Amino acid sequence: MSSPAPANGQQRYFVPDPSAWPFMLTAGLVTLIIGVWSSLEDKNLGPLPYYLGGGFAAFVIFRWFRGIALESEGGKYSKQVDMTYRMGMAWFIFSEVMFFGAFFGALYYAREVALPWLGGEGAKGVANLLWTGFEASWPSNGPANLGGYYETVSAWGLPFINTCLLLSSGVTITFAHHALKDNKRLACILWMWATVAFGVVFLYCQAVEYIHAYHALNLTLHSGVYGSTFFMLTGFHGMHVTLGTLMLTVITIRLMLGHFKPDSHFGFEGVAWYWHFVDVVWIGLFVFVYVL
Amino acid sequence: MAHAHAHEGHDHDHHGPDKGIMRWIKTTNHKDLGTLYLCFAFIMFFIGGLMSLVIRAELFQPGLQFVDPEFFNSMTTMHALVMIFGGVMPAFTGLANWMVPMMIGAGDLALPRVNNWGFWILPFGFAMLLSTLFMPGGAPAGGWTMYPPLVLQTGNAFPMLIFAVHLLGISSITGAINVVVTILNMRAPGMTLLKMPLFVWTWLITAYLLIATMPVLAGAVTMLLTDKYFGTSFFTASGGGDPVLFQHIFWFFGHPEVYILILPAFGIVSTIIPTFARKPLFGYASMVYATASIGFLSFIVWAHHMFTVGMPLAAELFFMFSTMLIAVPTGVKVFNWVATMWRGSMTFETPMLFALGFVFLFTLGGFSGLMLAVTPVDFQYHDTYFVVAHFHYVLVPGAVFSIIAAIYYWIPKWTGRMYNEKLGKLHFWLSAIFINLTFFPQHFLGLAGMQRRVPDYNVMFTDFNVVSSIGAFAFFISQFIFIGNMLSCMFGKRDGKVPERVWEGAHGLEWTVASPAPYHTFEDPPLVGDNGEPVAAGQTAKAH
Repeated sequence: MSSPAPANGQQRYFVPDPSAWPFMLTAGLVTLIIGVWSSLEDKNLGPLPYYLGGGFAAFVIFRWFRGIALESEGGKYSKQVDMTYRMGMAWFIFSEVMFFGAFFGALYYAREVALPWLGGEGAKGVANLLWTGFEASWPSNGPANLGGYYETVSAWGLPFINTCLLLSSGVTITFAHHALKDNKRLACILWMWATVAFGVVFLYCQAVEYIHAYHALNLTLHSGVYGSTFFMLTGFHGMHVTLGTLMLTVITIRLMLGHFKPDSHFGFEGVAWYWHFVDVVWIGLFVFVYVL
Repeated sequence: MAHAHAHEGHDHDHHGPDKGIMRWIKTTNHKDLGTLYLCFAFIMFFIGGLMSLVIRAELFQPGLQFVDPEFFNSMTTMHALVMIFGGVMPAFTGLANWMVPMMIGAGDLALPRVNNWGFWILPFGFAMLLSTLFMPGGAPAGGWTMYPPLVLQTGNAFPMLIFAVHLLGISSITGAINVVVTILNMRAPGMTLLKMPLFVWTWLITAYLLIATMPVLAGAVTMLLTDKYFGTSFFTASGGGDPVLFQHIFWFFGHPEVYILILPAFGIVSTIIPTFARKPLFGYASMVYATASIGFLSFIVWAHHMFTVGMPLAAELFFMFSTMLIAVPTGVKVFNWVATMWRGSMTFETPMLFALGFVFLFTLGGFSGLMLAVTPVDFQYHDTYFVVAHFHYVLVPGAVFSIIAAIYYWIPKWTGRMYNEKLGKLHFWLSAIFINLTFFPQHFLGLAGMQRRVPDYNVMFTDFNVVSSIGAFAFFISQFIFIGNMLSCMFGKRDGKVPERVWEGAHGLEWTVASPAPYHTFEDPPLVGDNGEPVAAGQTAKAH
């Protein structure tokens, strides 16, 4: 609905028209899930649910966000709506932090509780009776040596380069933000493409690292709790970088289309927040997964 | 309070809702979505209730009568998942949808489309979850807590269980973000934080708990998924993992979750008791701080669900004491409710009856919780029917009674029709009697050693089980009175006699708008005075 100014002169809060996007998005996601279910349980539904569900969901997401961008550019959002989006994004990122918290917690527990107990600490050494003679150490693929002999990825090779890449991308996106606020649009767009490039190179390095780990180091998801925590933490982070890079690309294209103003560009800032969040998670990963 | 008349030349682009089914699929209106949430919750309460009747029928006498043990275990597992994620949580979210914007003077929730998404995930998610009943290997039967390694033995249903939990998590998080942002960003001028109705306060803290813990559950079940299909060993000792790790992560979610299920109930009761005692709530600020304390403490008590799992003594002591601390803010609340009624001018309409039933019976459940908190005693009670009795006391005459009370209290405002008071009172007394008949004997069964989640039992437990089963069936049947009463409110003849202030002792913004509340309330925020109601009637567009 439109937002004509009420008597007190303030802009009325924007309440959108009825929308079928949310329902359709759910239908797409559930179709996708049925595809995954059929793969995991050998039901032979084939790849069709993946293409159908995934494609449909992607289409809906595109149209939904496109609608929001158009509403925003159409001047329908008051300061109060802007604040809604800010708060919503902040709380969403908080929920993401808690999601990673579960995996960091698992890493902590495996290293500081589960393995030492298997090695004879705690509760009168009872856990050690299962695996007599096992001595706790880290990294570990457990008393049964699951997945066989493996080596770990050195922190100071690709991971260190990746750290530099992500930290640099944090700097370039800040430059882009300042350029946008100073209304230097070309500089902003160039800094944004630089940020996207850092993201892409990071993902390439991660892919190289994974291939190296699987083929040269025999470090896989099957390598006990070390392999589990290593790949799940870096893997989920990688997915978030992929999403973040996609978001950065969309924002950059919107900049090239003339979207955003120096004093009003929450779409840009929200993505920047997300990118910084991904950055901070990586610092945690670098310290607790690679270095320590 | 027809806002539309208030603004000269207010040119509405929206012509009210769409027609037919598309109205409900596409709606972004908080009242429509609140109604959808509540109707969905009641369908789920019905399905979950039928599951509990399967359990109680099987336990009517010792031996195996009706179902095989595997299906029995599916029933206990699914009953819990359906009631928690499909019944109580959506019902509270529905109440928040309806009431939070009206209570703080907002036009709608902050993110209406996200609100629609949060609701429409639920029917899909539960279609997936309930479809597992028909899959080879049966529905999940490892308990709603999904402990590995047992849950990893689930058949074809396993991925559906995990993905359904993921979807329900997304729904909860989106709903919670919406509530937090609405409360923090959309309050009418003058509606300061410490003037908000307690229902809004308790929902704010509930929403915070949801945003903080649902992602943790998502992480935990993701680890289950990769352990089963992708060769990880988070919960496998041979790989250096530990099944107990799952319990820690799960209960880090699970304990805040039980407060998610009860904090909105506190808010409802704190709203209803002052209305029918005709006194302001005693100790408003202490209620807010007590709620916040409970929210904080809920993050540091989780391992009291795991006393018998083999934790170090220091951990057992820490979690025992931190758990007992929760009795302090909860005691503050119960004290305040009683003090509110002290020398009040009390009447006992149906919502008040359910609220009083809540105070008394929830407190009983709180006391048995205190008993379970004592580590050495818990070694005796763990996984017995005493635990079942405890959490059903806080969830049924606790959370569910508060939901029923809230609906009796607000449905005249929603529909413009009064429910039948006689039937309401009958519904209360039957519910109160039969719920105690169902669950009180389970305390004795548990103390005598009857284990939960087992379809058969020693003959010496027969008598109390017979009583419990009779109570359960009678309670279930009694709820049809409620359904009838509600349906007549929704679809009956409107005699137009319901005033704006349905209860003469009620205060708050929602009682200053028409009954039924207009499709859009407070498009222009009212100016809220010290008593929590609009200062100048003219500014809030009093009709004509």
